[in-house]
Amino acid sequence: MLLSKKFVSDYIDLDENLTISDIAESMTSVGNEYDYAGPLINATKLITGEVIECEDHPDSDHLHVCKVNIGSEVLDIVCGAPNVRKGLKVIVALDGAKLPGGEIKKGVIRGVESNGMICSIAELGLDNKFLKPEDKEGIHELPLDTEIGIDGIKALGFDDEVIDFELTSNRGDLLSILGMAYELGAIYDKKVKDIDLSYTSNSDDINKSFKVDIKTDDCSLFLAKKAINVTIKESPEFIKNRLIASGIRPINNVVDISNYVMLETGQPLHYYDADRLGDTLIVRNANDGEKLVTLDSQERELTSDDIVISDKEKAIGLAGVMGGLSTEVEEDTKNIIIESAIFDAVKIRKTSKKILRSEASNRFEKGLDPKRTYMAIERSCALLEKYADATIVGGICEYNKTDMNDTVIDIKLDKIKKVLGIEISKEEVISIFEKLGFTVKDNGDELNVTVPSRRRDIKIVEDLIEEVGRIYGMDKIEGKLPELPTIKGTYDKTKRAIKHKLCDLGLNETISYTLIPLADAHKFTKDEFTEVSLNDPMSEDRNTLRYSLLSSLYEVYKYNKDRNIPDVSIFEIGKGFMKLEDGYTEELKLAVLMSGDYELDIQNTKVDFYHIKGVMEELLYFLGYDNRYSLLVNDLIPNELHPGVSASINVNGTNVGIIGKLHPNVTKDNVYVMEINLTKLLSIRTGSMKYKDFSKFPSIYKDAAFIFDNKVTNKEVLDVIKKAGGRLLVSSQIFDVYENIEPGKKSMAYNMVFSDPSKTLSDEEVMDVFNKIIFEVETKLNAKLRG
Amino acid sequence: MKEKVESIRTSLNEDIKSVNTIQDVVEIKAKYTGKNGLVTELTKGMSELSIEEKKEFGKIINELRDEAFKLILGKEEEINNAILNEKLSKEAIDISLPSKKIKRGSLNPMTRITEEFEDLFVSMGYTVYDGPELETDENCFRKLNLPLGHPARDTQDTFYLKDEVDEYLLRSQTSTAQVHAMEENIDKGPIRIVCPGKVYRRDEDATHSHQFMQIEGLVIDKNISMADLKGTLETMMKHVLGEKTEVRFRPSYFPFTEPSVEVDVTCFKCGGKGCNLCKDTGWIEVLGAGMVHPDVLTMSGYDPKVYQGFAFGTGLDRMAMFKYGIPDIRTIYGNDMRFINQFDRKDEE
Repeated sequence: MLLSKKFVSDYIDLDENLTISDIAESMTSVGNEYDYAGPLINATKLITGEVIECEDHPDSDHLHVCKVNIGSEVLDIVCGAPNVRKGLKVIVALDGAKLPGGEIKKGVIRGVESNGMICSIAELGLDNKFLKPEDKEGIHELPLDTEIGIDGIKALGFDDEVIDFELTSNRGDLLSILGMAYELGAIYDKKVKDIDLSYTSNSDDINKSFKVDIKTDDCSLFLAKKAINVTIKESPEFIKNRLIASGIRPINNVVDISNYVMLETGQPLHYYDADRLGDTLIVRNANDGEKLVTLDSQERELTSDDIVISDKEKAIGLAGVMGGLSTEVEEDTKNIIIESAIFDAVKIRKTSKKILRSEASNRFEKGLDPKRTYMAIERSCALLEKYADATIVGGICEYNKTDMNDTVIDIKLDKIKKVLGIEISKEEVISIFEKLGFTVKDNGDELNVTVPSRRRDIKIVEDLIEEVGRIYGMDKIEGKLPELPTIKGTYDKTKRAIKHKLCDLGLNETISYTLIPLADAHKFTKDEFTEVSLNDPMSEDRNTLRYSLLSSLYEVYKYNKDRNIPDVSIFEIGKGFMKLEDGYTEELKLAVLMSGDYELDIQNTKVDFYHIKGVMEELLYFLGYDNRYSLLVNDLIPNELHPGVSASINVNGTNVGIIGKLHPNVTKDNVYVMEINLTKLLSIRTGSMKYKDFSKFPSIYKDAAFIFDNKVTNKEVLDVIKKAGGRLLVSSQIFDVYENIEPGKKSMAYNMVFSDPSKTLSDEEVMDVFNKIIFEVETKLNAKLRG
Repeated sequence: MKEKVESIRTSLNEDIKSVNTIQDVVEIKAKYTGKNGLVTELTKGMSELSIEEKKEFGKIINELRDEAFKLILGKEEEINNAILNEKLSKEAIDISLPSKKIKRGSLNPMTRITEEFEDLFVSMGYTVYDGPELETDENCFRKLNLPLGHPARDTQDTFYLKDEVDEYLLRSQTSTAQVHAMEENIDKGPIRIVCPGKVYRRDEDATHSHQFMQIEGLVIDKNISMADLKGTLETMMKHVLGEKTEVRFRPSYFPFTEPSVEVDVTCFKCGGKGCNLCKDTGWIEVLGAGMVHPDVLTMSGYDPKVYQGFAFGTGLDRMAMFKYGIPDIRTIYGNDMRFINQFDRKDEE
């Protein structure tokens, strides 16, 4: 909403020494933010002058050499405009003038001295939409009676200042000059002046010849009046200039008046050519599939959610959004039907979102004050009579289902103090309400406040408290910490611990986008699920919610590799989504990707399967799942993983994730990934940390190497050793693998530790167990002990 | 006897001068203090002497023996030290060669900033609440006083799920946590939560990403006021952006709070003097807050006549951008290792 200082000054006397920034800042302090506050035209050193001589430039086919009288002196100026000629009154930018296009400086143009520039309107920086064709082609021609030597901007009537407000959506009342005047009145404690609604009606009655028929609940108030014998012409300067300062393009006096009144009152109006409209106006919901050609000459297909204005046969306009082509006011219009109405805000919003968001629809959407609906139609008549020579027909077509009553709220002083957390006297509260134009009855501890209908945003006690806070100054509230009982705060320690653990292991934490392309939705998983897609994605690349985080991590890998960063060891914790039969679910997932060098030494170490397995084991150990997990080769391994270098991760019999190398079909690079469903994993209980007694007697260490068939795995061997070792074997681990020691055979060497918590083991006892282990490994796994 | 002692002493002092190696030490030990060494023999011979002679010579023989041991052992230590020093100097390394790198990972800066907020609020007795990202329109809007068609919905262009328009969506604000926290609190008693998390809006440029992070705070009790809100936000902003940070309240409008405020902090770039970042105002808008609207309390089962509270919400990405000076939000979600690696150390307290 653009607020013109001149316009609002019609309704409130602001202190003369208030600058436009002062006004903007004080409005901000009561909750109305702005984008811009300053002059309407950002140009300096402009002066009016008269071209007293104009000759062709000796050295150019289009330039002219002019003598321009600016009152105090006569300037030589070279001008290239085709319309420059002797006798014109013009605007001159003097040496040093700052225009939106740059600074004007004295100079010599093709050998002739030029001491300024004769300006066009376009050069003053007025928005393109306000420019007439002649404004773009040539210099501006001022009226011939313009005084010379005066300020150029003032001569144009553009000596106004504006504030461009970004209003909150509850303050529909501020979409009017009157609303702004009331707001400023509350800030500066000034009264708002009355608006002139006076005009003369003829003795006729509109109701005799015109009928309004409201056939929908979506119209709560509809008023119509008739103005006859209007003269369509250009609007007076002040109307045009106020419209321009408010961002609306002047058209002709009649159209301009409807916009002018809308700006003043906030009530959008619509004028129909009465002769083209006929004798009946119907407001109804459109029929599904009904068609209408709107003002922009487009055919629109409508639904029953759209409200239309129609004659007896067909729709002629979209209520509150856009008029129809057939009944529009044109140059030859003589008689006008004025519509001032209130339509359902939500319906208007829906239709305007579909078709066009306009100054009018914006106001309907925010809700209107029925009193203004009446005021606007009266004001419209007054201005049409005055500036369009209209005769106003007596009577009014009136349909009103609105509640015209003001809102009355009882409020306790204590409640105000308790919510705002301030000490404030009853007198101050009453004074604030009165500045706002509210009526207050003092009932002791309680105030009875009547809120005028223009403030439709105020409905409950809390709304009134906000008003007190706004005018008192929210920023004057002194901060303190809440007086609350001391309690223990909590957070998800496990999630945080996992993140920190993985960082400690040298992995970087990424945060990538939840939205991925539908084509990737089922990648990196063998799980059966229905993916979740968006109705209105911004792009096809981001139209589906991810189930697995791995496609995102692979994208991160590719992004970095493309930038010559091949060493990528990363993890991410985030949600994975899927659709259920009734509704949706999201699970917490952890994904890891490792590739390139995992710096452990001066000689960098390339990541292999056993690195990422190490990360997995370290994490599972850390979370308390030591000795409770296994890697299984089964049909859960996604197609994107190398079938020979991958496994599913099983904890306590539950499948919680997958680990492995990316399949060569995905990438030729050595990239290793892992994904664990944390929601599943963390639901498996681990038990709390407890001290376990350890043997105080010495342990005995034994090594044994065997020759196996190549297909025997470490896990198979360890399983046999552990079973055979019994309770005296406290640990066993592989320490050497030698592949292809002979064709089809490999050697694996194991280190075993024996101990008894209650005594020192004798050699004999250890050898008994050790020999049993050797026997079992040899017989069960077809192995041979190496000498 | 005296002469004998003196002659051994003289020869010992002469011999010790030429002792240079461990082998020389072994030899000189054998010659003087060994089993049949000169000094040992002399000591052995003592038993054959008369009592008078023992009185006369015992002392000088013992003195010679002590002197021999001291001289020889001293020499031995000297030689051993020399050998050790030579060994140590041979073992000297080039300490300027590169270290054996311990792989270092970084938490994402968004996690760092989130934890800063969490730690502060946990210390003040808040529970960190984690709500769903896939939400219902009811929880995200309707129960926050934003019915269908409400104009304030315009400011949050929402991603709805396929075939679920006006029903299921990706949350556009962490304020949904307010609804969850109130509904899940069965005894409808006091609440103190913060909810950090991802949110989604149809918007994308240098300062907007379609996915970003917010943190929501909610405190409900019987006497919570705007003053409590201001004090809490002052504490929060000083904690995250530094002790010099000031907080300014401006009235504003949010459908789920009444009264509502926008909150500005002193520009951390210029310290409030005015610069291009704060458009010469000295202030930067960082969050929205207010007192929970009575309708919102009612819709989630709280009696607004008994309970009142405040809520606030702020963009964590913006906070991270301010705190670390990150100019473009898209950098955060680009996950370039050169970006993440910058956040791998302890920050100054």
